[in-house]
Amino acid sequence: MKKIKFTKEGLIHFLSSNAVPIMFIILSLFAIPLSGFSINYLVQELLTRLGRNSFLVLSLLIPIIAGMGLNFGMVLGAMAGQIGLLFVTDWGVAGIPGLSLAAIIATPLAALLGYLCGKILNKAKGREMVTGFILAFLMDGIYQLLVLYGMGSVIPIKSSGLVLSRGYGIRNAVNLVGVRQSLDDLIPLSIAGLKIPLVTFMVIAFFCLFIVWFRKTKLGQDMRALGQDMAVSDSAGIPVEKTRIIAIIISTILACYGQIIFLQNIGTMNTYGSHNQTGMFSIAALLIGGASVSRASISNVFLGVILFHLMFVVSPMAGKTLIGSAMLGEYFRVFISYGIIAIALVLHAWKRQKERERERLSLRLGNGTAVKAGE
Amino acid sequence: MNRIKTFIQDAGWPRIIIGLFLIALFIAAPSVKVRVDTSLSDTFTRFGMNAVMVLAMVPMIQAGCGLNFGLPLGIIAGLLGAVLTIEIGFTGALGFLTAIIIASGFALIFGYGYGVLLNRVKGDEMMIATYVGFSSVAFMCMVWLLVPLKSPNMIWGYGGSGLRTTITVEDYWLKILNDFLAVKIGEKFVFPTGMFLFCALLCLIIWAFFKTKTGTALTAVGSNPDFARASGIKINKMRTISVVLSTWLGAIGILVYQQSFGFIQLYMGPFYMAFPAVAAILIGGASVNKASISNVLIGTFLFQGILTMTPSVINSVIQTDMSEVIRIIVSNGMIIYALTRVVKARAVK
Repeated sequence: MKKIKFTKEGLIHFLSSNAVPIMFIILSLFAIPLSGFSINYLVQELLTRLGRNSFLVLSLLIPIIAGMGLNFGMVLGAMAGQIGLLFVTDWGVAGIPGLSLAAIIATPLAALLGYLCGKILNKAKGREMVTGFILAFLMDGIYQLLVLYGMGSVIPIKSSGLVLSRGYGIRNAVNLVGVRQSLDDLIPLSIAGLKIPLVTFMVIAFFCLFIVWFRKTKLGQDMRALGQDMAVSDSAGIPVEKTRIIAIIISTILACYGQIIFLQNIGTMNTYGSHNQTGMFSIAALLIGGASVSRASISNVFLGVILFHLMFVVSPMAGKTLIGSAMLGEYFRVFISYGIIAIALVLHAWKRQKERERERLSLRLGNGTAVKAGE
Repeated sequence: MNRIKTFIQDAGWPRIIIGLFLIALFIAAPSVKVRVDTSLSDTFTRFGMNAVMVLAMVPMIQAGCGLNFGLPLGIIAGLLGAVLTIEIGFTGALGFLTAIIIASGFALIFGYGYGVLLNRVKGDEMMIATYVGFSSVAFMCMVWLLVPLKSPNMIWGYGGSGLRTTITVEDYWLKILNDFLAVKIGEKFVFPTGMFLFCALLCLIIWAFFKTKTGTALTAVGSNPDFARASGIKINKMRTISVVLSTWLGAIGILVYQQSFGFIQLYMGPFYMAFPAVAAILIGGASVNKASISNVLIGTFLFQGILTMTPSVINSVIQTDMSEVIRIIVSNGMIIYALTRVVKARAVK
């Protein structure tokens, strides 16, 4: 990261490159008093949500480094995590062993899905995001096939509490009572009445370090080169396709762990819905933190989670105070989540197109034919 | 043998499998006591309901703007037309026509803005279109809640303000196209002639449009932008025209859909409506940058046929309703197939 000089230009640069987070900070400053929540309550909520969501958002970083954009395919990892948790709940393994076992079951599954996703994305270079996005829908169908029809009939599920009354298929809501907050509460800690999920934070910190370290490895450097220019990296001898697949596999496995951490905090799993929201919320959070499609840092993750979830908490109540309708705040929140992704994508694509045009123009000028850059 | 090979290559395996699957469903239907005439009738009705929205894909694909995942924007224009017409209170054919006119106005405005936006993001249209669609639906949720319309048929009974999630068109233009010259054969088979005529008219307009100078220029932009620029075609203008046309068709499409379905679905209703339409045209043989009217017709028939037949037939065979899962896998699998195939074809060149 470059150091920002305190000049007028530097300030303008700072404002324009951090427009989204600044906008959200201002928005929150208005909404917090309107919502009427106490600061104590908000801080507690944010601490919980930081523990719950940061890991998922972190999983998005590596594909961005590799120039593959926002990994909408992270939903695949979330599905793998949920399948792991389902088995653990069925077998009645509780606590940390349960969580670890869930992760162990889910890891190969996530790796396989990640490999598949990487293969498909390699066939759709230049449109990774939309392909990943649709792939998440497709795998959702296969996930439903497996969980709604396969489990309890082909795959044995012994606890009747999990299975629908018709004899097969998992219930809509699964109570993860065994693993509920077992990671968060492993070392109970409260400061000034605030409950802090210490171990979860430690796990997250560990993975931040992992990412920092990873960027410095040979593989990480290869990925950064890929993110800069795929053709150049190819001629420099970097195995493009393989490196891209590895980036997606890592991201999918991390998303899988992220989903496990997320669900152990919530304590109940919406079997057919939890994973679908994961992708959208994580991506929106990362973008609100000031990341773009091609550039994201760890600080973007945390700032984004804080700002996004602050809005998440306060906007229904703020809407209620303002217009007397909590529904409005709810819709506003949905609008912001989608709108922010739309704006980030537009800004990125626009910038890229302008750069391309500038390149073309300079090429033309170089040839001595000063043509106005028309269309 | 060679002929079969080229046919398979042209049509592509997914399409053939889907076609055979549909034929198998129709053959299997009588043996599990599902009436073929009812199924056919349902398929035709659903075909008519969805064909215009699938047609809305064509202009944008042809102009190289990719699959129109931003269809909800057009749908919103249609919804505005319908809602405002109900507020005015016109009914019957007059009402439907007014809805079309109002919707067209909104579609032009939205489509223009959307087109200008897409011109600035060439190469990333599809992802951005998806999120433009999503965020405009979410934005309209707030509008539906706050809009000061008064018609008691539309607003929540208890609050006295805010539109309902579903509004019936029963007193306005329910089945106005379906029942026009409808042919009834036997007890269960009804052919919605009016709706088909209307769809045919729109298809004809689009077909004729692509024969005009503007239409040809538009196709040229889609096939080879550099060549088009060299021959003096204004690329951005052509792309904007295609987006406006797609948005307009989306607006008309939802009105056709509603008059048959019977309800106007507001709020999150239009959210996922782009995906079935995208899947349908791809099943019909379109690719990410080439589409024709016949793709629309074949695709809509195959896709809607499967949607109609799977619940009844599969349900009777294995006593489970797997239609939803089949729909998700077929439609999204088809989109993935199309997205990955184009690049392959280019690589071969």
